[in-house]
Amino acid sequence: MAYMHIGKDFVPPDVNGKVTGRIKYAEDYTREGMVYARLLTSPIPHARVVNIDATEALAMDGVFGLLTADDVYPDGEPQSTGLKVLTNEPTLVGEPILALAAIDEKTAETAISKISVTFERLPFVLDPLDSLAEGGPDAYNGGNTYVFRQGFASEKWSADQVASFRAGNEPTAEPQQTFAYGDLDAALGESAFVYETAFTTAGYPHQSMEPRSAMAYWENGKLYLHGTSQSLSALADGMASIVGVPQEDFVFINEATGGGFGQRARANSIPSMAIPAKMSQKINRPVMMRVTRDEETAIGGARQGFQGWIKCGFKADGTMAAADLYIISDNGGKGGGGDAYSAADCISILYQTEAVRFRGTSIGSNTGHRGAQRGPGQNQIAAIIAPILDKAAEELGIDRLKIRQINTPQNGDVGGARQIPFTSAYMPEALKMGAEQFNLEERMARSRKRNGTKVTGIGIGQGYHDAGRSGMDGIVRLTADGRLKVHNGVGNLGTYSYASTSRAAAEVLQMPWEHVDIVTGRTDRHLPITSPQDGSNSIFTNTRTNYGAAMDLLNKMKELAAMELGGDAADYDFADERVFKTAAPSEGMTFAEIAQKGIALGGKFTGASDLPEELNDFTKISVNRLAGESLMGIYHDTPHNNNPPGFTVTFTEIEMDIETGKYDIVEMVTIGDCGTVVHPQGLKNQLVGGAVWGIGLAGYERHLYDPQNGLPASTGYWQSKIPTMMDTPAKIKTGWVDLPDPENPVGARGIGEPAMGAVAAALASAISDSLDGHLFSAAPVTADMIINHVAGVTSEAVPLAQNNFRG
Amino acid sequence: MNLNLTRRRFIKGVIASGAAATTTGVWVAANGAARPAGAVERMIRININGQVRTVDVAPQETLASTLRYKLGLTGTKLGCNRGECGACTVLVDDVSTYACSVLTHSVKNGRVETVEGLESADGTLHPVQQAFVEELAPQCGYCTPGQIMAAVGLLRENPNPTREEARQGLSGNICRCGSYDSYLDGVMRAAQIG
Repeated sequence: MAYMHIGKDFVPPDVNGKVTGRIKYAEDYTREGMVYARLLTSPIPHARVVNIDATEALAMDGVFGLLTADDVYPDGEPQSTGLKVLTNEPTLVGEPILALAAIDEKTAETAISKISVTFERLPFVLDPLDSLAEGGPDAYNGGNTYVFRQGFASEKWSADQVASFRAGNEPTAEPQQTFAYGDLDAALGESAFVYETAFTTAGYPHQSMEPRSAMAYWENGKLYLHGTSQSLSALADGMASIVGVPQEDFVFINEATGGGFGQRARANSIPSMAIPAKMSQKINRPVMMRVTRDEETAIGGARQGFQGWIKCGFKADGTMAAADLYIISDNGGKGGGGDAYSAADCISILYQTEAVRFRGTSIGSNTGHRGAQRGPGQNQIAAIIAPILDKAAEELGIDRLKIRQINTPQNGDVGGARQIPFTSAYMPEALKMGAEQFNLEERMARSRKRNGTKVTGIGIGQGYHDAGRSGMDGIVRLTADGRLKVHNGVGNLGTYSYASTSRAAAEVLQMPWEHVDIVTGRTDRHLPITSPQDGSNSIFTNTRTNYGAAMDLLNKMKELAAMELGGDAADYDFADERVFKTAAPSEGMTFAEIAQKGIALGGKFTGASDLPEELNDFTKISVNRLAGESLMGIYHDTPHNNNPPGFTVTFTEIEMDIETGKYDIVEMVTIGDCGTVVHPQGLKNQLVGGAVWGIGLAGYERHLYDPQNGLPASTGYWQSKIPTMMDTPAKIKTGWVDLPDPENPVGARGIGEPAMGAVAAALASAISDSLDGHLFSAAPVTADMIINHVAGVTSEAVPLAQNNFRG
Repeated sequence: MNLNLTRRRFIKGVIASGAAATTTGVWVAANGAARPAGAVERMIRININGQVRTVDVAPQETLASTLRYKLGLTGTKLGCNRGECGACTVLVDDVSTYACSVLTHSVKNGRVETVEGLESADGTLHPVQQAFVEELAPQCGYCTPGQIMAAVGLLRENPNPTREEARQGLSGNICRCGSYDSYLDGVMRAAQIG
């Protein structure tokens, strides 16, 4: 289909601000009379605050006030593993205990140094398996796990059960969560090759470039909060509730966000932004709270680590018949996530496994706050299972590409825990395209070839994430001068989805892009509710809403033209920003003229009446405030059918130096299957960005803690070891299938998360290949682990250890 | 660009400054609150983006703090405030420098350039800025000013770098979005634009 905007590059309106430094992030704002808040955070991993004596601090010149958990939660702290605004019951080092506001940060820090906090130390644990063992410490006050709707609980295994698991055996304890389909025993019985192993994947922090700084002030009873988010409207919806202010009196300002990756999607993952809001309310001054890198590392979220066991069965023809998975997921000191369930779901979808059993238990550790991170679960397991697939191919004498093609999802297939059909799936096409661009046949001939200390490894990986939702709202407006305003609550965090999804509305109306304004950046510009821009869903979800709102606007335009020029709305067509009689094109009205007529008539044409009944409350506030100003298109999205998947495939060649354990990525080709491509440059960025994340997961990133005192050893970029330009190839080649999805009006599906999983899987596959098919069953596979393996040294580390060095 | 010289100068600068970035991550004084006079003069004149600015600078104040909180040049970003990420990269006498890790007093005789100084008065973007727009190099954009200044520094020293040289030249700048490939595309395009 020939589109005017879809599939074409454009310059998003914020790019100029990003290259000139003019665009503002939360910390770049200032306000007359602004004072500065600093945090006192927990210096110990698990404790209870017994007393806070701030007498001396509060008597200092230039100190304006103190905020504690008692101020924030006068009725007591919520009893959950969720991150608190402030707490008297810290369960991780770096958790905010109190905030103090002063004339400047130096004064605030000096005052904080004069505050005496008495802590009762409590037992801490860094490794979930240590907590699971009978008599082991619990990370939380009330247990080591949290059961939905039931509260804290204590999950314990016998010492023998833990030891057996650490030794690599199938766990025997009852899991908290399970799903299964198919006859697992029969499938394993039919298998010609069965592989069983314990495995670990490391947790590691998000490390968004922009720390979660925030500034707040109150004016005429309204709260103005400058902050950071993945979605303005989704976050504002929850943040108003955390602060305790009616949504009508809350203005969230967020022009640009310096990275999200899952932990700025919803208010409960970033409650620290309520601190300047509550402090400002208390001391009646604007308050800026700058967050340091240490603080961001502690409370900015981290991926869940896995301690797992897997058994896979393959039939003689290469079909993956069975997958049996048991995972202990690390819930950290706060937060949690559904990573383990998603991992099993991913195996089912990505490899079309005939019988799957998942068992999982989430256990806390007194380490960094956990929460969804780019492909939570799907991407960890992708790196574990790719080398197993290679092992099966080798044992069964099947080509490594072929075994993936045999098991690949495609149109008409179902997958996942609930065996839901895909909206569409073009993984076979992606595999074919990737293999051709990578020149797989020629490169495969170099597999395992040695040249001095260097060995070539070839890897193939696949990634998946569900990539589309529905149920959100859209608002578009045509102003009296004929300009189209697309109100968009999608956050500006680098995907450019706030702009690319707006183009669906311009597409419907065939409006030149220069006549379109995107309205975003602050909620008092009246935004509709959007999805939180997590889960790779924005392009699917919000093209649906903007398309729907534009269709509503178009129908109203035709109705208005018919009222003015006679006949019925169905008698009218449109082109070149003009609506005209199909039978007599010279009789028509410009978009501007129609907007003026609609504004004059008011009522349903301007959003003053006849709103969709299902419209979300957040959107209703916006529509009510905009009513009467312009001709308005309003839409509430109806539920979509089936599972819109995002799929990726990556092929890579590495040159492994077996003397150093370091490898160079010689070639990398990554292909996306995400329906119709809406914004090629944006898609390319998601693919190469996901690749860098995949490189980090496969080879570098991890949490490190001091086992004696529970102190974090990784408190920033360097120790977390996020990939730099020197860890990544000088060029990452990208491509896409570009076939439309039927459940989206412009054919689009999401891609951000699977872009990472396929690369992590391909690298794990290539590392294994370069070492004669050795399986580490771990992510990351670090240089130390590689050197130890090559040297035949058995690691002295504790098997399946979390939050510590391994290998 | 002589990368070795840059690194040495950077490290020497940090040592000379008494390790400006503190281990606890405390942000150095933001407002001009009254303090006892130090051993150095407080009011200094400093050449920033071609203009001589007079500013009250505390003895322990980093260049990043001065730029952001005294002079309102918030294009220079702070990602770590301890020399890990490069988001605060500026040019001092044409050399890429982490503004978080150098004291303002130590560069008062130098020529400081920030991202705000690249655009022409008529709004024409610098070739690196223009190339970054055309390649859509930024994602979240937080590291972009630092990447741009590192690229400008590189191209002044080496106007026609290979892709590998560009990779080396920008290696001190982290991008968590992983937009390295697009930034390199931007540098190579900028070299063509000249």
